[in-house]
Amino acid sequence: MMLGCGVFHTRYASAMGLRPRPAERLRLGAFAAAVLAFPFVADPYWLDLANQVAIATVGAVGLNILVGYTGQISLGQGAFMAVGAYGSALLTLKAGLPWGASIPLACLAAAAAGTFFGLPSLRLKGLYLAVATLAAQEIAEWTVTHWTALTGGTEAVVAPAPRLFGRRLNDPFAFYWLGAAAAAGTALFAANLFRSRAGRAFVAIRDQDVAAGVMGVNVFRSKLAAFATSSFFVGLAGALVAYYRNIVTWERFTLETSVIYLAMVIVGGLGTIRGSFFGAALITLLPALVANAGRALQDAAPGLAARLPYAQQAVFGLVIILFLVFEPKGLSKLWCNAKDYFHVWPFAYRRGEDRAT
Amino acid sequence: MDVFVQLTVSGLATGMIYALAAAGFVVVYKASEVINFAQGELLLLGTYLVFFAVVQAGLPWSLGVLATVLLAVAAGLAVERLVLRPLVGEPVVSTVMATIGLSSVLRAVVNAIWGPSPRSFEPFLPGGQVVVGSAAVPTERLLSIPIALAVLAGLGLFFRHARDGIAMRAVADDQQAAMSMGISVPRVVGVAWVLAAASAAIGGIMLANVVGVSPNVAAIGLRVFPVVVLGGLDSIGGAVVGGAVIGLLEAYAGGYLGHGLSLVAPYLVLVAVLMVRPYGLFGKEIIERV
Repeated sequence: MMLGCGVFHTRYASAMGLRPRPAERLRLGAFAAAVLAFPFVADPYWLDLANQVAIATVGAVGLNILVGYTGQISLGQGAFMAVGAYGSALLTLKAGLPWGASIPLACLAAAAAGTFFGLPSLRLKGLYLAVATLAAQEIAEWTVTHWTALTGGTEAVVAPAPRLFGRRLNDPFAFYWLGAAAAAGTALFAANLFRSRAGRAFVAIRDQDVAAGVMGVNVFRSKLAAFATSSFFVGLAGALVAYYRNIVTWERFTLETSVIYLAMVIVGGLGTIRGSFFGAALITLLPALVANAGRALQDAAPGLAARLPYAQQAVFGLVIILFLVFEPKGLSKLWCNAKDYFHVWPFAYRRGEDRAT
Repeated sequence: MDVFVQLTVSGLATGMIYALAAAGFVVVYKASEVINFAQGELLLLGTYLVFFAVVQAGLPWSLGVLATVLLAVAAGLAVERLVLRPLVGEPVVSTVMATIGLSSVLRAVVNAIWGPSPRSFEPFLPGGQVVVGSAAVPTERLLSIPIALAVLAGLGLFFRHARDGIAMRAVADDQQAAMSMGISVPRVVGVAWVLAAASAAIGGIMLANVVGVSPNVAAIGLRVFPVVVLGGLDSIGGAVVGGAVIGLLEAYAGGYLGHGLSLVAPYLVLVAVLMVRPYGLFGKEIIERV
């Protein structure tokens, strides 16, 4: 039977494994197979959406490291993505680096920027940190739009198309593999991070920073490390946007971007990697779903098509509020509930058990 | 010189509108420690409600103002009841996101009803110009300063003398102690949202008169943060001073240094304040530090 009645570890290695249970490995394998098969069956429209989801997943996992696991609020996601995007585009365009080298360098630049704007977190918490990162976002936006010599101001920067084995990587099919690999790598890194000493320190700081300090966690260094790690992946998401879209414009990295990514983390579930996947997918697909619903309802409600952007905006806000009010633990918790329900199905016991994730 | 006078008056007028929005923010923060990112959208709502009442429904302006404030208060109460009350005890990021989601919904609703383009609105504050020294200053801009100050003074008196106002200060001071003295915290938080919505509605009405009715009004919501951090998060007086300082700063930066700088100058001040004096000019000195 795949669905056992309990998990009984007999070795430390299995207890500490990433995916100890056969059912988990089976699900992961099925998911991987679906991901590998998807581009061969999907049409370009869905492939494009899948690429957006992959990029969003990288960014959402990155943000979750900071917000969900370390408990530091950040409204500066857009700014760090901008560093990654402009960094990688300009490094290839102006410094002539190959795209493969520009991405890690741009991620490091984003990590540096994140560390710098994380400095206030050493002194500030809660509202004050939210406001400080908001200021970081506004200042970064202003810098990007006014430092015309470097960023071209409000003009777009055209990133050279990345090539691998002579093939352009920015058509949806080719980019899919890059995006999927980046998302998988980010998730794997994050999942392993929180099994390590450094990652445990982040979680300890989230739960009680004073207690963490007493236990010997260097709170200052860990917070900055969390900002750096998080911004690294956020920068990676930005660099991927730059190479996928080929053009970098500041409109992609506004406060709204920060809000969208925060929404992914919240809706998916704070502090779960799985949740970031769900959240990134839901929030990215939401506008498309609303648009499709609007088209389907065109005959029933003719006024809806003209007001589609507002419908999308309203649904976005409503999804956030409804999740916060009715399921603050997000889609990840819903997934666990569903899993628990079917755990020993069709029997009723062991249902709703609050298993640690 | 006349440029200076003009910039000063328009800076102060904008600053007082900021102060009204900031006062609403401060009241909510004091009562419930909720960071309201939807304050700008409450202003937006006020602007369009007065447009609806005066232009579309054709009410005389006095009734229109009354209707606007009442509708805004109803909206504020609904928000408190439906969105924020279930989130008591959740982490900061949850309440922040709830108000951000709320701002998204409010903006969408306003845009869906009234459209994205600016609407023409005949100001009902007396028009014309007042000559100050060598500069001509539009009357409605000048008038919005005493109006805002009167509202803020009323708010100050409320906190000092009214039963609910004193209860609110008690809750802000120590929620546990206030509860054990028989103060109903949910009621206090509800009153806080009523006040926030009402002051935002008055700010919105003044914006409709001074700058017109357009969706851009919501952008003012983010300007609230430099104002409240500078003034001190839990101080109405701080909101007034902070609003004036930020308004003037923007006007001078825009007038003398170019329009772009007026957008970023408040945030530079914000970062400086957070680094040096995070509790602001008039705030209580106990802030959470690490």
